[in-house]
Amino acid sequence: MLFSKRRFMGVLAASMVASAPGYAVADGWTPRKPIDFTIMAGPGGGADQIARFIQSVAEKKDLTNRPLVPNNKGGGSGAEALIHVSGANDPDHTILVTLNSFFTTPLRQENLGIDIQTFTPIAMMGVDPFVLWVHKDAGITTFEGYVEEVKSMNGEFVMGGTGQGQEDSIVIAYMSDAYDLDIKYIPYSGGGAVAKDLAGKQIMATVNNPAEAKGFYEAGDFVPLLAFSDERMPAYPDVPTLKEKGHDFSYYNQRAVVGAPGMSDEAAAYYQDVFTQIFESEEWQGYLDSESLSPLWMDASEQQDYWGLQVENHRKLLAALGE
Amino acid sequence: MEVLALLTDGMLVALQPLNLMMIVIGVSVGLLIGAMPGLGSVNGVAILLPVTFLVPPGAAIIFLAAIYYGAMYGGAISSVTLGIPGASTAVATTFDGRPLAIQGRASLALVTAALASFVGGTVANVLFTLFAPALASVALSFGPPEVFALMLLAFATFVGLGGDDIPKTVFSICFGLVLGSVGFDQISGAPRLILFEMNGFLQGIGFLVLAIGVYGIGEMLWTIEQSRGAVTKTTPKMTVKGMVSDAKDATKRGWKGTFVGSFLGFFVGVLPAAGATPGSLMSYGVTKMISRKPESFGTGNPDGVAAPEAANNSASTGSMLPMLTLGIPGSPTTAILLGGMVIWGLTPGPRLFVDEQEFVWGLIGSFYVSNAAAVLINLAFIPLFIWMLRMPFTVLAPVIFVLSIVGGYAATRDMFDIWLMVIFGIGAFFLRRFDYPLAPAVLAIVLGPIAEPTLRQSLLLSSGDPSIFFTRPVAGPITIIALILIFLPAIKLFRGKRKTASDVNSG
Repeated sequence: MLFSKRRFMGVLAASMVASAPGYAVADGWTPRKPIDFTIMAGPGGGADQIARFIQSVAEKKDLTNRPLVPNNKGGGSGAEALIHVSGANDPDHTILVTLNSFFTTPLRQENLGIDIQTFTPIAMMGVDPFVLWVHKDAGITTFEGYVEEVKSMNGEFVMGGTGQGQEDSIVIAYMSDAYDLDIKYIPYSGGGAVAKDLAGKQIMATVNNPAEAKGFYEAGDFVPLLAFSDERMPAYPDVPTLKEKGHDFSYYNQRAVVGAPGMSDEAAAYYQDVFTQIFESEEWQGYLDSESLSPLWMDASEQQDYWGLQVENHRKLLAALGE
Repeated sequence: MEVLALLTDGMLVALQPLNLMMIVIGVSVGLLIGAMPGLGSVNGVAILLPVTFLVPPGAAIIFLAAIYYGAMYGGAISSVTLGIPGASTAVATTFDGRPLAIQGRASLALVTAALASFVGGTVANVLFTLFAPALASVALSFGPPEVFALMLLAFATFVGLGGDDIPKTVFSICFGLVLGSVGFDQISGAPRLILFEMNGFLQGIGFLVLAIGVYGIGEMLWTIEQSRGAVTKTTPKMTVKGMVSDAKDATKRGWKGTFVGSFLGFFVGVLPAAGATPGSLMSYGVTKMISRKPESFGTGNPDGVAAPEAANNSASTGSMLPMLTLGIPGSPTTAILLGGMVIWGLTPGPRLFVDEQEFVWGLIGSFYVSNAAAVLINLAFIPLFIWMLRMPFTVLAPVIFVLSIVGGYAATRDMFDIWLMVIFGIGAFFLRRFDYPLAPAVLAIVLGPIAEPTLRQSLLLSSGDPSIFFTRPVAGPITIIALILIFLPAIKLFRGKRKTASDVNSG
């Protein structure tokens, strides 16, 4: 329905004529000091893992002459990061790793005065699908079993997530609405903390990105029940999608890098070049594969169009959920 | 036994010439980074991560572990000599380390810190070696109610102390809690307590900003007032013989703190929510509580130096555990190490101990070697730091001021925080003038942001029923002990047995 990845691809295909990742080599501008690499989430979650990975690739391949310094600012569903980056006094040395709260947080908190279209597009590194997980000790093996269990508990079924209005809560809210489920939702500081508390059986189920749950899945602790992707995921071929269950809904988390508002064109070209190289590196392509992300490459103007589309879609979705 | 063989192999690997060189360089660099106010192990590891791509992964992780250890040792140095916490993990070290330095016993404080750090690191390494998988499941059994109960216990250790003025302690804690809740509310995501509508408060009040303000600038003002313009200077002497006698003294008067810090620090470090800073503060509180002379804390008790230093080293090893076994970093520094591991092709998580035994035990082996190297290098540097203290305070005060400002800026790179720091420094000076204890406020601003969300998560879990803190097997006993400690002073007061608070002399 609203969030089909392919549909966006279709919309954007028209403008993709001459958009093969180009190397706009910026001879002139290079960073003069360490680069503030702000992350819109707390340590350990999906966004954080990706940021750390990107930083490591940049270091390993020696792509930047000054280090990227990760800076976790997850407070207020990423509002802390948006304020920090939009108020950066040195926009040429401030970049931000985003997720969908890049769209939802300014919508939900209009008083922050954040206009995401003022941010500088740099790179769309991929989109991350969502999966519904339970602990193996719960004895639930199918989505139908899960629905039955939730209903039998009369509102006492506990799920953890990263906060009201965050990506996982949008998915949970859609699912609850579609299946008439009454779920007790506990907000955490990040996806890592959520996965840890499912492993410790403090909560009964989560909607996490595969990267956040993979370690526990491989150890046999987590059972995936349902994917919120367009098609079944190669890494989890036996896990059905919500679309197969007859609901036209899929939802992805964007993994994109943006620059601070007011970044100079030279600096933007420099970072676009760096992140294009990271995107095309063997390491990143391998990461996309092993962590079940889908590539969704866009150039700068396509990214800004994509932001506009996503803001509209999230506006509708949040309104439908009564946010 | 297989574990021991792997561990021995790991240590032998760490002793190879290249690796040993990485350890010596890493510890020395870490020591200096840790000693610089504002820069801690996080910055050290982040800045030096690129270096690790020049050497094989084994040497790289050894290098990072060495920086990590060096920084933990180094944090104590400026805490003691200048009164500015070198890193957030060394804030509690200033409580007693600074008074010792003013009394001309800086060498005792530094030797105590070095030895306690060594013991803390060693205890943590042994616990890690023997019980890593079991401890990982302990960490998992700590849900929101358990973490909240633990935080309650930490506050209780600071309130339930004889000797201090209880109402003033409670006021100080509440003040810290209010400061700690500035910024975004984790549960609802809404901004709150944005004082004067200033955007700088949206990011919350950084702990290091408060700590440097209170202990760096506040302490400087206090010393200036105490000396009333007289050219005071301490004349510490530093000889090998003196150091040996300091070591004996440190062992005799700091063993209790070392013991508490080593074990409590490790345990708190293992919990992913906490890390080394809460671990060192809690160890300080507990050591003070079980001491026969709690009133001597804050005036230069070696136990008060040993406890946080043993704890921060122990906790830094402890926080490796959730990272390696669960893939969840227990501290910001381990989060950066995690990034390094991923690029070396290792997946931290439950499978790591099974799939990558060689790496895991090699890493732990290098912890042992780094720790030993760190204590030796640190002891060798102590005379240099002592020599620095021989400068008259009239020279030292501007140095402290500049270092505080630079350190505060290095931590957040935001001028707003510098002004806040100066305001906190002046505020702290006046609070101290009126005998308000400042340590509880510092504790509250660290623990408040952990305690508050866990309290609300717990109440969401139980639909608002507070009995959740009493009925769960782990949370229950902790909550009850905490409540007893909190109300102990009231009970004592009721029985008329409370010792009259002795007037705190200006130190």
